[in-house]
This record gives sequence, structure tokens and C-alpha cells, in this order.
Amino acid sequence: MKKALLNFLQQIEPDKKKSPFLHTVYDGFFTFAFAPNTTTSKGVHIRDGMDLKRTMVHVVIAMQLCYLFGTFNIGHQHYLALGQYTGLLEGFHLKLAHGLIKLLPIFVVTHVVGLGIEFWYAAKKGHSIEEGFLVSGALIPLIMPPDIPLWILTVSIFFAVIIGKEAFGGTGMNIWNIALLSRVFIFFAYPTYISGDEVWVSGIEGTEVNGLPAYMSSEYGWAHGVFDWLFQSFGWSTFGDGGVLVADGYTGATPLSLAVSGGWEKVTSVYTESQMWWGTIPGSIGETSKPLIIVGALFLIATGVASWRIMVSMILGAAAMGLILNGIAPAEFTETTAGIFKFMAVPWYYQLSMGSFLFAMAFMATDPVTASSTNTGKWIYGFMIGMVGIIIRVMNPAYPEGWMLAILFMNTFSALIDHYVLEANMKRRAKRTEVAVS
Amino acid sequence: MLTADFAYGQSGQSGFSYFIYTLVGVSILILLFLVIQVADNLLAVEAKHSGADKAKANYSIFPNFKELFAPKAPAYANDAPIHVLKQGHDILLEGAPASADIAAGTSVTTFAVQPPNFTGLSPIPKLLVEVGDEVKAGDPIFFDKKVPEVKFVAPVSGEVIAVTRGEKRSIAEIVILADKEQKHRALPAFDLAKGSEEELRAYLLEHGAWSLFQQRPFNVIPAPGDVPRDIFVSTFDSAPLAPDANLVVAGREVAFQKGLDVLNRLTTGAVHLGLNAKGEESPSAAFTEAEGVEKHWFHGKHPAGNVGIQIHHTKPIGGTDKVWTLGVQEVIALGSLFLDGQYDGSRVVAVVGAELSEPTYVRTYLGAKIEDLLKGQTVSDNVRYISGDVLSGQQKSLGQFLNYYDDQLSVIAEGDYYELFGWLLPISPRPTISGTFPNFLYPNAKFQADTNTHGEKRAFVVTGQYEKVLPMDVFPQHLMKAILVNDFERMEGLGIYELAEEDVALCEFVCTSKQPLQQILREGLETMREQS
Repeated sequence: MKKALLNFLQQIEPDKKKSPFLHTVYDGFFTFAFAPNTTTSKGVHIRDGMDLKRTMVHVVIAMQLCYLFGTFNIGHQHYLALGQYTGLLEGFHLKLAHGLIKLLPIFVVTHVVGLGIEFWYAAKKGHSIEEGFLVSGALIPLIMPPDIPLWILTVSIFFAVIIGKEAFGGTGMNIWNIALLSRVFIFFAYPTYISGDEVWVSGIEGTEVNGLPAYMSSEYGWAHGVFDWLFQSFGWSTFGDGGVLVADGYTGATPLSLAVSGGWEKVTSVYTESQMWWGTIPGSIGETSKPLIIVGALFLIATGVASWRIMVSMILGAAAMGLILNGIAPAEFTETTAGIFKFMAVPWYYQLSMGSFLFAMAFMATDPVTASSTNTGKWIYGFMIGMVGIIIRVMNPAYPEGWMLAILFMNTFSALIDHYVLEANMKRRAKRTEVAVS
Repeated sequence: MLTADFAYGQSGQSGFSYFIYTLVGVSILILLFLVIQVADNLLAVEAKHSGADKAKANYSIFPNFKELFAPKAPAYANDAPIHVLKQGHDILLEGAPASADIAAGTSVTTFAVQPPNFTGLSPIPKLLVEVGDEVKAGDPIFFDKKVPEVKFVAPVSGEVIAVTRGEKRSIAEIVILADKEQKHRALPAFDLAKGSEEELRAYLLEHGAWSLFQQRPFNVIPAPGDVPRDIFVSTFDSAPLAPDANLVVAGREVAFQKGLDVLNRLTTGAVHLGLNAKGEESPSAAFTEAEGVEKHWFHGKHPAGNVGIQIHHTKPIGGTDKVWTLGVQEVIALGSLFLDGQYDGSRVVAVVGAELSEPTYVRTYLGAKIEDLLKGQTVSDNVRYISGDVLSGQQKSLGQFLNYYDDQLSVIAEGDYYELFGWLLPISPRPTISGTFPNFLYPNAKFQADTNTHGEKRAFVVTGQYEKVLPMDVFPQHLMKAILVNDFERMEGLGIYELAEEDVALCEFVCTSKQPLQQILREGLETMREQS
């Protein structure tokens, strides 16, 4: 069967000169199916079984648990907001379907746009499609709010891939993390779609009840209608028409936005620690479930795909900054204490489990291209990300999360850190050879 | 405890006294630590003064972490300090010789001297023989017009049957069909004790022994006037399927020691021997009891046996230093030149690889024809013949010859097959350092390696890989990038002089982006050589 597939693929190969774009696309899918038969020449005669495709694929595999849970959580948060199906597994089919309806378009658009740009550039430059976008494309849906308009997503991916990656030379040459570039583009260009309390729960829109502003679920679209038809044939509950008012006292606030205004007490008044840990809270699609991210991170460390140094030093840096902030925060609060001081007093170990710290640590900071390449450099790089991230999170009045900006900031300096590590190496070498000669 | 201080520090009197107590306690601890540290430093200074520090043992009060967790020193090392090299990777391949017997290489009748084996030689050297001439073993057959003192000689006696030309009329091979009875050129006697340095050099240059030396940096034959700072000999080769030097030196211990004595005359510094502390049995007595040399023990995976790594851990080279390196067989050849009074072109070659029916050791001469070496073996179809080891050897065809400095012929399968989803599901076991393969479950498994690249060439993406398999204080990836952009100061500063291709061969093996590191390094070395 393999031979039949191989023969078929070799027969339909488009000519390289006549249609370079088609040939590049063909080559991409061919090398997806078959590892090429090139043999070594001029150098080592045997090569390690690991290659870049395999490395990237393992990072994507590590994220799959976050995908599964994130999809379900989109629906769960939607129904929690409406006060319906409040138990975790109640209405499971509805929640999963709703999550899929929101996630799949984001996922498909990300990959079609991103890979399309990559294919076009590969054809233009005449080299084969490089696997850089496998990981970025898997990360981007996980860091987006569930209701992000697809046209905004498209524009941000154009920016991230063309200006952030291809302009610098393609895979392996970018300075800044591509997935974070796409998110930061939306953050600065369309801030209301990616910040605030309204965007983290899907399918809720503003309305007016008796002249007062209120929230209700949006009307369900055709995709929901298809699922309704399917569920009805099984005799299960359906989506219905929408327009249900949100539950009393509901805010779409994430734990971080609560911490900004009222510190740890306010956070725990709305969410339990268990909820925050297991991830049944509003947020970006993939960042909420801490144990699943930790499993992914351990998988990456165990297989040697990601650098444990960056992860450990990032935890140390964030913990250090959290401790410092705990130290300078006032011990007791009065009625006039500003929210920022209450935020500073959030215990440092809770700072590590709130927001997207773990996700950024496991998947964003460890990107080998944008991080420092020397081992010493990785310790410094990770530590600085941890410290800067907590500073931005706590001291920033406008936006209660800091990892995207901290990582992009340290990406700018990762080469500088390497430069000093290399200078130290060169000085050590000069001293060594002086001593050896004398 | 500190958190409690900071969080409650401003809340009242009790908090304040806690703070003071901890401050006092910490400062007492710091004082104690300072006292101990000063005493420790004084101990180290005293040890250096009294000369006890030469053995590099740890005289400090604090236990050395490396010693605590180091592997147990073998008994045969006699408590000598051992350099433990943590980085590296042993590639275990099938196809090692089954027995330690060295077969007589009677089937090998054709030999060649190949000028391209010697880096830096001009492409068209001046030939002293023509096709059809009869030569004796030790007769000079060519020299470089730019450096006429260095003569290259025939390894065997016989008839010159061909002079093969390569690109642009360069001379690729001078092929000799060997006589059944070997005749040696009679060499004038040389008394090692009485001869002066210049006479010794002239003797070596004239009688073809100068090409036994390789000079670092650049791995070239030394210029006739060069005096090396030190000479290094590595007595074990950790490359995949490399011949066991203990077997090679068996029976030739006297010649080996004589070779070391000659080397001692040639350098102002010392002759250093690198010994293997990882084996279960002691290395040969010729190595452990060699006289007149400094012995250094190394414990580590490949490339611990590379002489470049050993130089780095004993006395690293700088920009202007010149050191010479030789292999065990070259030292034996040097010694027997003075013991027997005739040129010794014999070598023990390991004919190895999973594609052979009987991997074996063969006693033959320099430049043996590959087809001849494989007589009597059944070889599978679609294989690659490599002069040298699979990491840094050169691909050859059946009608070509073993290189001058190589002592093994590796035969492995060609890997020109397509693998369905090869990057995702490994169908056949393959050597790797990655944790994504189940190799760690079988640490002693041997592999049948093939030449498939397992992926396409990409830009440098993954970092930290090369450092895992190079036990040197070098950043290989940054060095490669400096070479690619021709940044001379950076190349020098990052240590290009300390490396030869064989040292980065393992880095090239593990490279995820399938970059040609050895080629890049050679280009960098050529650039720096032209500069100096």
C-alpha cells in the first residue's frame, strides 16, 4: 500500500519550473506523508533520527490536552454565565458543540492564512516549506479569546508571519515570538476585542432591559442549528434560540481582573481555588487549566524538546518578584487602599497559578529561536521574563496580565544576553591560553 | 520565615524584634562563612606553594561536588586524577569484529598514496616516479614544490601501475601493485642518543616520517622548521566501531616506547598520553607504563577519545600555539623506523560494519585497496564504503583506497528509502540522542545505521544540542554562525583553533537542522589558515 501511495504521489508531481507554487505545495504534502530519501554526503554518514518536523510535532502534541479542555471550557463558561447547566458535566454535548463551533473557525483560519503565507514565500524563494508555522499555528488559537472576529485574526496573522517572520528570513530567523506578535497586534490595534471583562466568555452580548444595560446570550447561528437537529434526533437538549439573560450577579471577570480591583479576597469571593487550578474559569482558550499545561510542560522536558532551564528560571523569577511585592505590600487594608496594593499582597504562589503564567512558561518562553541560545543565557532570560512579567501584571493599571509583553520584551534582549555570555567565554579562553603558554 | 518578616514587619513591636533577631543571626552566619572561606583560600595557597597541588586533588574544606557525584575511579588508574567528561554520546553500532585476532592481509595487493589526504599540500605535487617504475618500501615518490624538504614515500615495494588524476590535473592517487616479498630501502643508521635535533629532523623529513605528524590548529603537516609546544597522543579511539588500540599495540610495545622517545626529542614541552578510564579492563601496559610522558586519564563517552578534546582539558591551544598530534599506529611506525632501520608502512585496519559477513581486523599497509580488503567477505547490496569512522570518514568506491590517517573501513547500508510518516512514527530503530524515541529504554542496544538523513536541511532552530555532545568550553552553534559570516575575530575568540572536524562530527550527527557542520568548520579553518 505504501508503494502504491508513493507511486501515485510521484506521478502527480507538478513541474518545478512551470508551476513553482504548486510544486512547493506538493512538496509540503509529500514530505508530510513520506520522510525524504536523501542520503548524507560530505560530512557525517549517519544522522540522528530527530529532525525539525518531529520536534515541532511534539510541541503540538503537548498542547492537545489544552485544546480538548479549552474547547469544552468555552461552552462551560457560556452556560455558567447564563446560570444553566452549572454542573461540570451537565449539558456536556452542548458545551462541547458550542466550543467546537467557536474554536474550529479560529483554528482553520489560523492555519489557512498562516500556511498560505508560508507556502507563498517558500515558492517565491524556491525552498521547501519550513515547519516553523506548525507550532505557531497551534499556539495562536489557544491564546485568543473565544469570540475573536475572524477578520481581526487574519490581519494579525498577516502581520505576525509577514513582518515578524518572513521579513527577517523565515523559520529560525525571527527575533520575536510569532504567536505573541499576533496577539500583541490585536492588543494594540483592536484592544476592546482582547481585553476587558466582556470578551472572555463566548456568546454573550450587551442589551437593554428596562432602560438599564444588561447581558444576554447572543442568537445562535446556523452551525448551532445543525447541532440542534443532530441533538434532537438523539433526544438530547438543544441550544434553542438564544436571548437568555445572564445569571444574577454575573460578571465576565477573569481572576486577574478581580485581583486588580480587590486583591485575593475579591478573587476568592467569585472563584474557588480549585476552580482556578483546574481551569473552569473565563480566559483565553488554552491557558486556564493548570494541571494540563503542567503535564504538557513535563512531556516537553522529558522528551528534551523544550528547555527546562527557561521554565525553572521563569518560575524562580516570578516567585522572586512575587515575594518582593508581598514584602512591600501593606499588611492591612483600609477602605482607601488602592487596588494595586491589594494586588501586590496576593501571595506569590497564587501569582504563579493565576492567569497565563504557566502557559507562557511552557510554550511561549521556551521557543528556541527567540530565546537565548546559551545555557547560561537561558537562566538569565527566563529569570528576567519572570520578574518583568509580574511587574507588568501587578503595576500596570490598564491590563492585568504581563506575559505577552514580558516575553516580547526579553526576546529583544535575548541576543544581548548571549552576546555577554559569549564575551565571557572568549575572555576565559584568552586567559586559559595565556596561562597554558606561560 | 522571611515572608513572615516582610508581611508583618510593619504591624507591631513583636514583628520588629523578629526582624532584628534574624538580622543578627544572618550576620553571624555570614561572619562564620567568611572565616571559613578565608581559611579555605589559605589552605589552597599553601597547597600551591608546597607543590602538593600538582596532582590537582581537592585541598579545600568544602567537598567538591564533582567528586561527590563522579563515577568511581577504576583500580588500574592508581588514584591518578581523572578528567570526567559529562557531555558526549556513544553511538553503538552493529558490526564490530567478533574476535580479537588480526588476520594476515594476504589478499590486499594494491595500495595507493593519495596526496589529497594531506591538508594544505599543493594539488599537483612533484612526482619522483612514473608509471612502470619499481619502488622499494621507503622510496620517496613525491614532494610539494613549495616545501621540498618533506618527502612522501611508498608504503610498500612493487610496481607503480597508475597515477590517477583528479580535478584540474591534480594528482589523486599513486597506485602501487605490491610485491609478494617486500623489499625495503636501506636507510642510514641514526643514533638517537647522539644525533642533534636538526639531524633528527632532517632524517625524519628525508625518510617519509614527517607526514606522521599532524599539527594543530588546522590539522596540517607541520612546516619543517616548526617546533611544537607539546605533542599529544590519544591511546583510545571512542568513535563508532573504531579499532581497539590495546589490540593494535599488542606485540609492538617496544616500538611504541621508542616512538615516544623520538617525540620527546622533537618538542620543547612534554609528550602527553591520553588514557581511557572508562573501560572495565586496564589499558595496555605500553600505555599505562609508558616512560617519559605525562599521562592523563579521561572518563567519558565519545568524543573523549578525540585528541582535540584531550588537548582542551590538559593544555588548551591559543592562536599562536602549535601542537602535534599522532595516533597510536603512527607512534609505532615512528618507533620501528628507528628500531628496524627501515620504513614501516604497515597498519592494523578494522574492517567493520553491519553489512559485512565477518567484520575483522586485518594487518596490512597504508592505503590498502578497498576491494582487496573486502575479499572473502559477503557484502550486502546498496552499501556505502567509508574510509574511517561513520562520523568523520570519507566516502569511497570499491576501486579506491583507504586514507593515510584512517585505520578502519566502515561499511554501512545506504538509506535511500522513503519512510511513511517517518518523522512521526519511527518504524525501525535508529541511533539518536532525542528523548522522543524509546532508545533510553534500551541503553546498550546496537543499531544498524544507514545513511538516510532523516529530515531535510533547515536553518538553525534548536539550541543547546551541540553543547550536549561536545565536552569543551566552546559554543559550537555561535562558532558556526561566525564562520558563515566570515567574522575573523569572533571565530578566533570562540575557539576555532581548538577544533578539528572530528570534534564537531558528533555535533553534526545530532543536528536537528541537518547542517553540514564539518564542512563549515573546514571552510572556517581554511579561511583562518590563509589569514595567518
